[in-house]
Amino acid sequence: MTAHLAQMLGWLALGAALVSSPVQAERLIVSVSNHRVTVTPNYSGEELVLFGSVEKDANTPPNRNYDLVVTVAGPRADMVTRRKERRFGIWINTDYRQFLKVPTYLALFSNRPFDAIASPEVQRRQQLGLNNVLLTQRVSGDYADVVPDDAFRSAFVRLRKQHGLYREETSAVTFLTPTLFRTGIPLPAEVPIGLYNVEIKLFADGALVTKTDTAFEIVKVGFEQFVATTALQHGFVYGLITAFMALMTGWMASIVFRRD
Amino acid sequence: MQLYLPIADIPVNVFLILAMGAAVGFVSGMFGIGGGFLMTPLLIFVGIAPAVAVASVASHIAASSFSGAISYWRRRAIDPVLAVVLLTGGSLGTALGVWTFTLLRSLGQLDLMIATSYVILLTTVGGLMFWEGLRALLRARKGGPVTLRRPGSHVWIHGLPLKMRFKRSKIYLSVIPVVVIGLIIGFIGAVMGIGGGFILVPLLIYVLRVPTSTVIGTSMVLTLVTMVFATMLHAVTNHLVDAVLALILMVGGVTGAQFGARAGQKIRGEHLRLLLGLLVLAVGIRFAVELVIRPEDLFTVRETGVTG
Repeated sequence: MTAHLAQMLGWLALGAALVSSPVQAERLIVSVSNHRVTVTPNYSGEELVLFGSVEKDANTPPNRNYDLVVTVAGPRADMVTRRKERRFGIWINTDYRQFLKVPTYLALFSNRPFDAIASPEVQRRQQLGLNNVLLTQRVSGDYADVVPDDAFRSAFVRLRKQHGLYREETSAVTFLTPTLFRTGIPLPAEVPIGLYNVEIKLFADGALVTKTDTAFEIVKVGFEQFVATTALQHGFVYGLITAFMALMTGWMASIVFRRD
Repeated sequence: MQLYLPIADIPVNVFLILAMGAAVGFVSGMFGIGGGFLMTPLLIFVGIAPAVAVASVASHIAASSFSGAISYWRRRAIDPVLAVVLLTGGSLGTALGVWTFTLLRSLGQLDLMIATSYVILLTTVGGLMFWEGLRALLRARKGGPVTLRRPGSHVWIHGLPLKMRFKRSKIYLSVIPVVVIGLIIGFIGAVMGIGGGFILVPLLIYVLRVPTSTVIGTSMVLTLVTMVFATMLHAVTNHLVDAVLALILMVGGVTGAQFGARAGQKIRGEHLRLLLGLLVLAVGIRFAVELVIRPEDLFTVRETGVTG
C-alpha cells in the first residue's frame, strides 16, 4: 500500500502540473489504481483503489472541513423488475416495471452519512445515495424516476445490492490527511464488462464545492476475449465448432471407455 | 479450481461443473434421456444466466447422447429407419414449436406457459411411468408374468394405413403415429427448451410398442440430431453458447453417460422405468411446489439488453 501511495503521489504531482483549473478555490486531483482491469480465466473479481487530493489555492477559505462522495457507475443496460402475485392458486409474474439505461454496477461511497454532508434538497439534486440516484422507469409510456420507497424501485435496488452490484457505504472514503483521501472500489466477479465512470464530488459546509471524474474499464483479454468475440461475430462458425467439439468429446469417450 | 467463463461472465468451480455434468450424464446414459430438464435448473442454481444455461446445455446433451448412441450402435440397439421417420416429424415439430414460441412471447406469458407445461408434462409422464413400474414390480413379486400385453394385442394404432417394416425393432407399423410422435417431441423441445427424451422413451414403449432393446438407442439418435441443431440455432441467433462451460459439462457428461449406460443394463427393465418415473415425477413436483408456495422474494430483476 505504501508503494501504491508513493506512486499515487507522483501522479498527483504530475497531475497538479498539467491540469489547469478554472477560477475555483479548490481543485480535485484523483486517480484509480488500475485503469484497465483485465479479465483472464482465473479472474474472480478485484478491488481498485481511488486516491485523490484536494488542492487549495489563495482563494480557499482556511480551515474548511471537506466531505467527499464518490459515485462509480458501470455500463448501462435496460432491466425489468417483475412482481409475482397469487392467481388461481399459483404464483405468477403479474406486474412489472422497466428500468431504462440504468447502471449495471453502481457504488456510492462517502466519508460520512449523506445526511451529515448536505441537506435533503442538495442530496436530491446531487444524487447522493441510492435513494437519490436517478433510475429512469417507463411508467405507462412516460419516462420518470419515482419516489425512493416505490415498491419496484426499492426491490430493484435491494436485489442488485444482494449481488454486490449496487452498494452504498458512508464510511468508505477515508481522509489520510485533511486533504488527501482514498477509497476502495470492490468489484465482485459478476460485474459486467465495460466502461466504468467514477465521479468525485467535494462538499464543504453542505454545498458542492467542485467535482471531477475519471474512468476505468473492465475488459476481456486473450482467450476470454477471443471466445467472446468469436461467439458474437462468427456465430455460425462458433456453433459449428461447439457442435463438432460435442461430437468429438462423445466419440472420444466411447473409445476410451470401450470394453470389447 | 475457479475458472472464468467467457460468455456466462462469471467464475465457476470447474470440479463442481464437472461433477454436475457427470451426475446428469450418468442419469442420461442409464435411461437414454438427454437430461436437459435436470441440467438447466442446476446451472441456473449455480448462478448462470438462464439463457446461457439453456443454450450451453444443448451441446452438452449432444455430446453425451452421441457417446451413448455410438455404444448402442455397436450393440445394434438402434433402429435407423425408425430414427429417420421420427426425425421427419421432429423437424416439422421444431419449426412449429419455434413459431409458437415467438407467438407466446409476444403475448407476454411465456414464463408461465413454460412453468405450467413443465409441471403438467413431468408429473403426468413421471406419475404414469412410476405407477406402471410399480404395478409391474408387484406383479413380478406375486410371481405373475412381468411382461405387459405387448405383442399380439391390436390397438387402433395398428389399423392405420401406410404400414412399414422396422426391421431392427421387429415391428410392422404405420408411419403416421411415428411421424406424429416425432412432431410432438420436436414441438415440445422447441417450446420448452428440452430434448424430450423422457417423453419419447415412454411414448415409444407404450404407444408404438417398440421393444425396450432399441428404444433407448433410437431415442438417443433423435436427441443427438435435435441438440446439434439447437446448438447451431442458439449460436447463430443469440450468441449465448458458452463453449468453455459446454466443454466442462461434456467431459463430465460423457464420462458419466458411459457408466450410466452400463448401470442401466444391469438393472431390470421395470426397475429402470420405476426409477425414471420417480425422477421425472420428483422434478415435476419440484416445479409444482415452486408455483404453489409463496416465493421467498416476490420480485425478480432481469437484464433485457445492454445499451452501452
